[in-house]
Amino acid sequence: MKKQKNVKKPIKKSKTIKKTNKKLRFGFFSFTCCEGCLVVFIEALNKNFDKWMKKMDITTFRALKPFKKLEKLDYAIVEGSISTKSEMTKIKEIRKMSKKVVAIGSGAINGYPSNQRNNLKGSELQKVNKLIKRFHQLPKIVPIKQVIKVDDEIPGCPVDEKMIITKFNSYLK
Amino acid sequence: MHGGEDISLKNISKIEGHTHLDIKIKDGKVTGCRLKVSENKRFFTSAVKGMEYDLVPNLMSRICGTCSSAHSLCAIETIEKAFDIKVTKQTEQLRDLLIYSGHLRDHAMHLYFFCLPDIFEKDSVFDFNKQEHEFVHDGLDVKEAGNFLSTIIGGRAVHPTNSVIGGFLSFPKKEEMQQAIEKLQKVRDKILKIIKIFYDDKKTFKRKTNYVALVNKDGNMLRGYIKTAKGTEIPEEKYGDHLQKVIIPYSTASGFTWESEDFMVGALARLNLNRENFNKNTLRDVSRFLDVFPCNCVFNNNLAQAIEMLHETDSSIEILENLKNNLKEEKPVPIKPKKSEAVGVVEAPRGTLYYHFKIDETGKIIDVDICIPTQQNVIHMEKDIAKYVEELLAKKLNKEKISLEVEKLIRAYDPCMSCATHFLKINWL
Repeated sequence: MKKQKNVKKPIKKSKTIKKTNKKLRFGFFSFTCCEGCLVVFIEALNKNFDKWMKKMDITTFRALKPFKKLEKLDYAIVEGSISTKSEMTKIKEIRKMSKKVVAIGSGAINGYPSNQRNNLKGSELQKVNKLIKRFHQLPKIVPIKQVIKVDDEIPGCPVDEKMIITKFNSYLK
Repeated sequence: MHGGEDISLKNISKIEGHTHLDIKIKDGKVTGCRLKVSENKRFFTSAVKGMEYDLVPNLMSRICGTCSSAHSLCAIETIEKAFDIKVTKQTEQLRDLLIYSGHLRDHAMHLYFFCLPDIFEKDSVFDFNKQEHEFVHDGLDVKEAGNFLSTIIGGRAVHPTNSVIGGFLSFPKKEEMQQAIEKLQKVRDKILKIIKIFYDDKKTFKRKTNYVALVNKDGNMLRGYIKTAKGTEIPEEKYGDHLQKVIIPYSTASGFTWESEDFMVGALARLNLNRENFNKNTLRDVSRFLDVFPCNCVFNNNLAQAIEMLHETDSSIEILENLKNNLKEEKPVPIKPKKSEAVGVVEAPRGTLYYHFKIDETGKIIDVDICIPTQQNVIHMEKDIAKYVEELLAKKLNKEKISLEVEKLIRAYDPCMSCATHFLKINWL
């Protein structure tokens, strides 16, 4: 991770993660999306479970374990876009608690496909607007980098399994 | 409000998506039960209007990362019916492989990673002891067999790219099919082991209701007619005469009734209605576990999924054995759009999935109706929860224990909240 200092344009100040023998703490979070990127991560575990679990503690992953409270994390892995005020509050909390935030998949990175409703027009827009109000959604769906600083991105819809494996191997070096 | 007896479960874990549950209790009776799906709406049915037909399957796949092949295949089927396209036998076989592999991955995830911790009384698979850990590996191997098969057929496991309207864009190599056969054969015994675990699990909750599924002669998930436990048999396109939408004001998802009554779809419904048509190798090896079916116990949806994993494995092996020496690189059937309307129905992992498209003469989508399995199960689930809580209260269980048991019941349904919320239907006030 120290290598990041040499990157041409570092994104503001990013907390570094010290190398220790302790396991790194990971949290996985889903916002407004199809949740396919975390499915790809779980598929990536098929062949990497033992290797990765020696080096990582999964402290939060609602699909796999009961959620207790948000704890300090080395890495927050986030899928999905932001569609409500409460999601905005939550992603800000996650940012505060995490040394690194990684956006995975197009939902988190650019808002697609949830942001398709940003471009609706005419009668469809009117119908949708009623529901947007009713369910307290934001006027526009936004990617997470419009709300918080993001340290790394793994693109794709869904993310590519091989790329997930390469990235996690580098985080867990 | 009622002497502090009410139960509220927030952020229920080990299911697909986000949901909460509120139960109101007075004098040992449940006076209100609200399953509040809190997944945020994504308005797919609005966004798809005006879209060219050939882009639709790819977009619909993105309704749900968990059951993306089911959504994609259902959209493809609907458009092909609209344009009177007949695909080849080989395309049907490849599609069977794609949906079987999706079910296999999905059921394995649900059974090994969501439900098994309940059986071993652990919070999650990360808390398993050495002995139990073997099942984590079994689960990963079963998932990997499904993932590999999805990848060689569909291009990738989530949002497959090879499968299109009229056929396939690329084809698996002979060696890949052989490798898939070997992976599937390797997990057969592991699946039999988990079938026994869920068969031996004696958690019981029964309520006599109705079950609905697509049935056919070989237990495939893509073709057939709709059958109910109460004896209705109808062709796919007549579903609209029997399914009624019910608005649930406190939830981002809607519910459905079948002929005005609550009902259940999913693996349990398929086992109840179509088990005798499952793969013969599966039926041979699971005969001793079939005595519980037909069954009104929702916890046996887990057993039904486990048995289906074997059916999906055996059926896939059979198709692959046949295809590996005969596969032709066929071009997709050419398409001529026309003004039309059609219904497509498939069995997704969690139950029957309905698509209804109206298309204009240029091939643009004019209107859409989609009905997904979790929406169909929501009312049934609420009624089950209310009755189950009363049974547990009568047994003098405390609130904490009741909450845990109710979560297990919800988990048995394998609900998928991502799917349940991504639609806009206009007729509510």
